[in-house]
Amino acid sequence: MTRRSLALIKALVLFCCLTPLGLLIARASGLGDLGANPVQEVLHTLGKTGLNLILLTLTITPIRKGTGLNWLVGLRRTLGLSAFGYILLHATTYAVLDQGLAWSSLLVDVTQRPYITFGFLGLVLMVPLAVTSTNAMQRRLGRKWSQLHRLVYLIGILGVTHFFWQVKIDVSEPLLYGAVLSLLLGYRAVGWFKKRWQFSTGTQL
Amino acid sequence: MLIKRPPTIRPSEITPESMFRQRRTLLKTALALGLIPTANTYAQESRNDLTTITHNDSAAQNSPFPENGRLTNLKTWPSKVDAALTPFEDVTGYNNYYEFGTGKTDPARNAHTLVPHPWTVTVEGEAEKTGTFAFEDLIKGHTLEERIYRFRCVEAWSMVVPWVGFPLGDLLKGFAPTSRAKYVQFFTLNDPAQMPGVRYPVLRWPYREGLTIAEAMHPLSLLTVGLYGQVLPNQNGAPLRLIVPWKYGFKSIKSIVRIRFMARQPQTSWNMANAREYGFYSNVNPDKDHPRWSQATERVLGSGLFSARAPTLLFNGYAAEVAGLYADLDLMRNY
Repeated sequence: MTRRSLALIKALVLFCCLTPLGLLIARASGLGDLGANPVQEVLHTLGKTGLNLILLTLTITPIRKGTGLNWLVGLRRTLGLSAFGYILLHATTYAVLDQGLAWSSLLVDVTQRPYITFGFLGLVLMVPLAVTSTNAMQRRLGRKWSQLHRLVYLIGILGVTHFFWQVKIDVSEPLLYGAVLSLLLGYRAVGWFKKRWQFSTGTQL
Repeated sequence: MLIKRPPTIRPSEITPESMFRQRRTLLKTALALGLIPTANTYAQESRNDLTTITHNDSAAQNSPFPENGRLTNLKTWPSKVDAALTPFEDVTGYNNYYEFGTGKTDPARNAHTLVPHPWTVTVEGEAEKTGTFAFEDLIKGHTLEERIYRFRCVEAWSMVVPWVGFPLGDLLKGFAPTSRAKYVQFFTLNDPAQMPGVRYPVLRWPYREGLTIAEAMHPLSLLTVGLYGQVLPNQNGAPLRLIVPWKYGFKSIKSIVRIRFMARQPQTSWNMANAREYGFYSNVNPDKDHPRWSQATERVLGSGLFSARAPTLLFNGYAAEVAGLYADLDLMRNY
């Protein structure tokens, strides 16, 4: 993989990440329409795209290890920052377009409605990851960087739970997200246990 | 009071189905050839799907209503709703009718398989005149009226809809309920051949709902056969549904096939699914939150991306008419 082709792939990935937002803007600006409940349509599209991207960042490592395509690591920042962007827009849509910045009801929601508490917590935890996503920060933090960025596991759990809890009764879609997340986190758990096993017994599994 | 109404749709304005299909074929061809941009056509196409009024051709022949579906000579009813009517395409394109799928646009897409005519309703339980009645016989002799009601979903969105029907009590009295009849239970059709959604146990089928006899006899409870001056589209609960405007929308059961007069409080589908979240009464109440979300405000459908939520009113704004029914009831406990 040359530097140039990696840059090209990164640009392509960025384009793909921005496409759902572009389509949403096109629909909102009258090129299409957003249906009977436009605020909810925008809210759900942004939220689900953000969650999709979070899960996508978590697939990079398993695919990289499985295939040996190490350059895939270079795509994680684009995917992760895009996910952060969508979740930030999702939260902004909720606070501004849906709730009209009614601070008292926002406060009640964030503190007393578990699904919103989880969603809010997930967003807050994404901030340090976005801030430390630069090369300089990665160098500066060294080993701590990868420890910090393991927060994404928790963010994934918070995001899927947030999705699950706000569904009225048909939980089939959030359960699918939960299944995918379980596979991705299970992969890490297996790796972690294998390492510990090797460490304590000195034998390879 | 001046009520802002969009112009009614004349039969001459309705696109014949064949032409509608041709247009779609043309669109699809143009799309395939890349003659029109996809983001644009995707949205337009999906919207067209939604606004298709799902009727069934053979059913239309069996319907007691005119073939064009227009309901005429409607008695007018003094509405006190001062909000604009929700656009027809939103009323018929954004529905909760899980028998046709749990997505909001699923019913408009899937309900064409429902055959609303011929239709029968079985009446049973604590009444003198029980049996199975044809749809035509049930509506015979009742004057249809147009009533503009607010409609509030438990999911905190709302519509304003011009329904067509007649008071439920007028129908129920005809069955001569006995003094033991304290409640009425209603059942929706449960036919996997017509309803793809009942293959999935999202709720316990058939869908069932119930009212106290006083609620059922209340003059606001409307047995509904149409909306916007035409017969009910399938996705809105053809051919016969309930509208109980002071309760959350799921109480207004669709496509009724069975009415049961009962001495004891009947089972209701959402209560069976989650009793903590959905009570038997389910009166609209801004002070009693759903355990997971607020009921204090609502999003008015059709009001656009930048409109604010509206405050929800006790009994959905019908407190003057119905509060008396609940004089002895603690509304916070009996939600």
